[in-house]
Amino acid sequence: MTSVDEPKLTKKDFKSDQDVRWCPGCGDYSILNSVQAAFADLGKKLHETVIISGIGCSSRFPYYMDTYGFHTIHGRAPAVATGVKLSNAALDVWVVTGDGDAMSIGGNHFIHAMRRNVGLKILLFNNRIYGLTKGQFSPTSPQGKVTKSSPLGSVDYPFSPIALALGAGGTFVARAVDILGPHLQSMVKQADSHNGTAMIEIYQNCNIFNDGAYAGFTDKGVRDARMLYLEHGKPLLFGADNDKGIAFDESFRPFIVEGDDLGKAYVWDEAADTPAPAMALATMDEAKFPVPIGVFRRIDKPNFEYGVNQQIDAAVANNKQSLKDLIYAGETWEVT
Amino acid sequence: MTGTDTNRGLTSSNPESGIPESGTKELDQVVIRFAGDSGDGMQLTGDQFTRTTALMGNDIATFPDFPAEIRAPAGTLPGVSAFQLRFSSFDIHTPGDAPDVLVAMNPAALKAHIGQLKKNGILLLNNASFKALDLKKATYTVDPRTDGSLDGFRVIEIDLTARTREALAESDLDNRGKDRCKNMYALGILYWLFQREVEPTKKALAEKFAKRPAIVEANLKAMAAGHAYAETVEIFQVSYKVAPAKMPPGTYRNIMGNQSLCLGLVAASQKGNVPLFLGSYPITPASDVLHQLSSYKNLGVVTFQAEDEIAAVCAAIGASYTGKLGITSTSGPGVALKAEAIGLAIMAELPLVVLNIQRAGPSTGMPTKTQQADLLQAMYGRNGESPMVVISCSTAADAFEVGYEAVRIATKHMVPVMVLSDGYIANGSEPWRLPDIDKLPPVEVNYAPEGVDGVKFKPYERNPETLARPWAKPGTKGLVHRIGGLEKQDITGNISYDADNHQHMINTRAKKVAMVANDLAPMETIGEKSGDVLVLGWGSPRGAITAAVTRLQEQGESISCAFLRHLNPLPNDLEALMRSFKKVVLPELNCGQLAMMLRSKYLIDVQSYSQVNGQPFQSQAVEDYMRTVLQEVK
Repeated sequence: MTSVDEPKLTKKDFKSDQDVRWCPGCGDYSILNSVQAAFADLGKKLHETVIISGIGCSSRFPYYMDTYGFHTIHGRAPAVATGVKLSNAALDVWVVTGDGDAMSIGGNHFIHAMRRNVGLKILLFNNRIYGLTKGQFSPTSPQGKVTKSSPLGSVDYPFSPIALALGAGGTFVARAVDILGPHLQSMVKQADSHNGTAMIEIYQNCNIFNDGAYAGFTDKGVRDARMLYLEHGKPLLFGADNDKGIAFDESFRPFIVEGDDLGKAYVWDEAADTPAPAMALATMDEAKFPVPIGVFRRIDKPNFEYGVNQQIDAAVANNKQSLKDLIYAGETWEVT
Repeated sequence: MTGTDTNRGLTSSNPESGIPESGTKELDQVVIRFAGDSGDGMQLTGDQFTRTTALMGNDIATFPDFPAEIRAPAGTLPGVSAFQLRFSSFDIHTPGDAPDVLVAMNPAALKAHIGQLKKNGILLLNNASFKALDLKKATYTVDPRTDGSLDGFRVIEIDLTARTREALAESDLDNRGKDRCKNMYALGILYWLFQREVEPTKKALAEKFAKRPAIVEANLKAMAAGHAYAETVEIFQVSYKVAPAKMPPGTYRNIMGNQSLCLGLVAASQKGNVPLFLGSYPITPASDVLHQLSSYKNLGVVTFQAEDEIAAVCAAIGASYTGKLGITSTSGPGVALKAEAIGLAIMAELPLVVLNIQRAGPSTGMPTKTQQADLLQAMYGRNGESPMVVISCSTAADAFEVGYEAVRIATKHMVPVMVLSDGYIANGSEPWRLPDIDKLPPVEVNYAPEGVDGVKFKPYERNPETLARPWAKPGTKGLVHRIGGLEKQDITGNISYDADNHQHMINTRAKKVAMVANDLAPMETIGEKSGDVLVLGWGSPRGAITAAVTRLQEQGESISCAFLRHLNPLPNDLEALMRSFKKVVLPELNCGQLAMMLRSKYLIDVQSYSQVNGQPFQSQAVEDYMRTVLQEVK
């Protein structure tokens, strides 16, 4: 589709003519910026790119990208996107969603997209709050969260989108942070090159209803001590001088190693035979352990659209049936 | 031979139909009902009789009536499954009201259906299971064979189980397997009685059980034994012949409603060169649409069995967005779940076909029973002012044209279309005169061409003739744009909260749907275009209405009938037609939904004739009702 003389697009080319209307200071701005930069670096074409969203603050995203965009209904973006990808596998299909949209009302579509391994890239903006409806707790809000709908603290237990995606058979599961632009761009590029469903959970700050939700580990002063960068083939190390590490016991329970034991730090394998290590990292207690970002899991599996289209293409290639044959099929008789 | 339901039937009291002592007696029509346990193979038996009879050139109509439970406890009333068929030497419109022949495989089947058997009708009763427990399971306190309740019927008792086992003495099948063949023994008896050819069934069974020759052999042996039994034991004095019906010339095949609906969709897709995408979630009685379309991969049809009803319609919308024709198939409860997404398709102005194979509601209701009570759901069952095109099929054969029409409207006008069928049409079958493929109407598909550099694409710039917006497929250069559920400014497609624009868009979406009526052919009537009573119908009651009205016309009554395929928009000439009659009566299988719509739209005193019991109308009941209306009008 691409001809050689077409100039490579810049970040600016991906900006639409619509005014961005997120609250000033919202983490969504930095995500939009990173995605536009990554798309330009990747040499994407505007007309081959489709961005599909559900409902929520994050789901306004398509309006700000000068690509094809479809702002659908609450929770259903993965389902619409599945129809798009199945119908035209050549399109580059991105889903933008949030923790309410993907984890609550659209939980079913999310897990089945992961299970099918359809070639969608899902950017899940997790701000651990309902922003557009003005601040109710979400399925990722910590227990005890005080909001307008939980004045005495929410009783709900939260879950981890990463753990859910892994449990549903996700083949590319990653996490990034809104303010860590270069890392986020790297995740976007890696998701882009993945063959099946790629999901990036993006920790995103809602400065109006849940300000500082991630400050405890993303603030510059604590970042090194509190965050764990996952790198394939490298030991799980963190701390100012990489002086601490994460190891697992025989039951895949994580524990922190340091000093002489640093060599016991687990060597990260994003393509492990089992999702167990990834699951162990995804469910680590945020208060006691560093917060992992990067690629939790990446395995190669034929994607859904390939399987579907292979059946169709083979049947079409061998087809000897015309429309008339089809209608005049079975037992027919003549009346004269 | 032409005729009506008053012609010679098996149980007719007409003196000239007196039964001769032996030989062949000619009849114009027969109604047979097979009834037995869900596991007794009654649907298969009925289906075989139907295929054979269709191939022999009779007109035929069928009505399968089965429970939702796959296997309710054997021998109980909830487990009874039935299949009624009517065949004739003239044009018929319904599977008949009451049967002339009842095949009852156990006491429960007898209990459930004997009440409808015509006086002097034939009862073929399997008496293999009439022990105390069997009777109790069927809620009989006294053996019905001994209490005189079967007086007035021509009862033929046969131990089908014992006879079938005898016939299969040399088979390797165990008794359980042999007993499964007893339906074929019964079929053999009926084939002799009604002079049916056995070859089509031989062929069909050989195909159906191609990998299990022992089963084919046993079934055919049982059928042959039943046939021989009827011939030699002289249980019947005569056998009956029903001559082929006089039907318009052409090539015919027997077809069920869900099948022909699918063929209509595929035909339109081929004609318009627009690939089909079905998103669906299994639901009775619509699952056969998913099955059928899944078998058309060779024609490029993609079917996606989604995780739920909402995903099914959303994926179909996604497919339409890319330039395929998205379809979703379901029944009423599924439509309820899809409502929000259908609203999105209305807002995004994308083509979409929603197939509602209606069943008896509300809620889960009676999944295998028929009803037309989702009309108002189709019309108004979404938030906001969200008009959509609604069309309906009235017979199994008609469903082809309706499927075709749905695609034609959706692509030409860029609108979602709801198709209302129902369980009675979906599972019933009738002979279908196959269409001339070359004469099918055109299907307009207008994809937007590549954009021009420097000119901003206008996603809501409209075709003045239809108000359709351009179908801009992602992947096309120069057409990048954003759509969605938020209100859009006309022409540019930008989000707009402007009051005047919203009013304009509300009006435009309504007008776009209304303009579909400009394509419609003039309404036709059976009978005069004016007079005392117009019986207006939509959907599956068509057959019962036609039968009732033609009988009344033969009796000299001033009555006509007309049928609506298009329910939104309604035909432009409907009002004038209704005003040409003193009275308009509308039979429908709901509490008067279309009647209410017509009354409010036209301020015409349409009289509702309602039945909502999960069963189709009986033509006799419609006739009786119309007779009282005719008297009131005079």
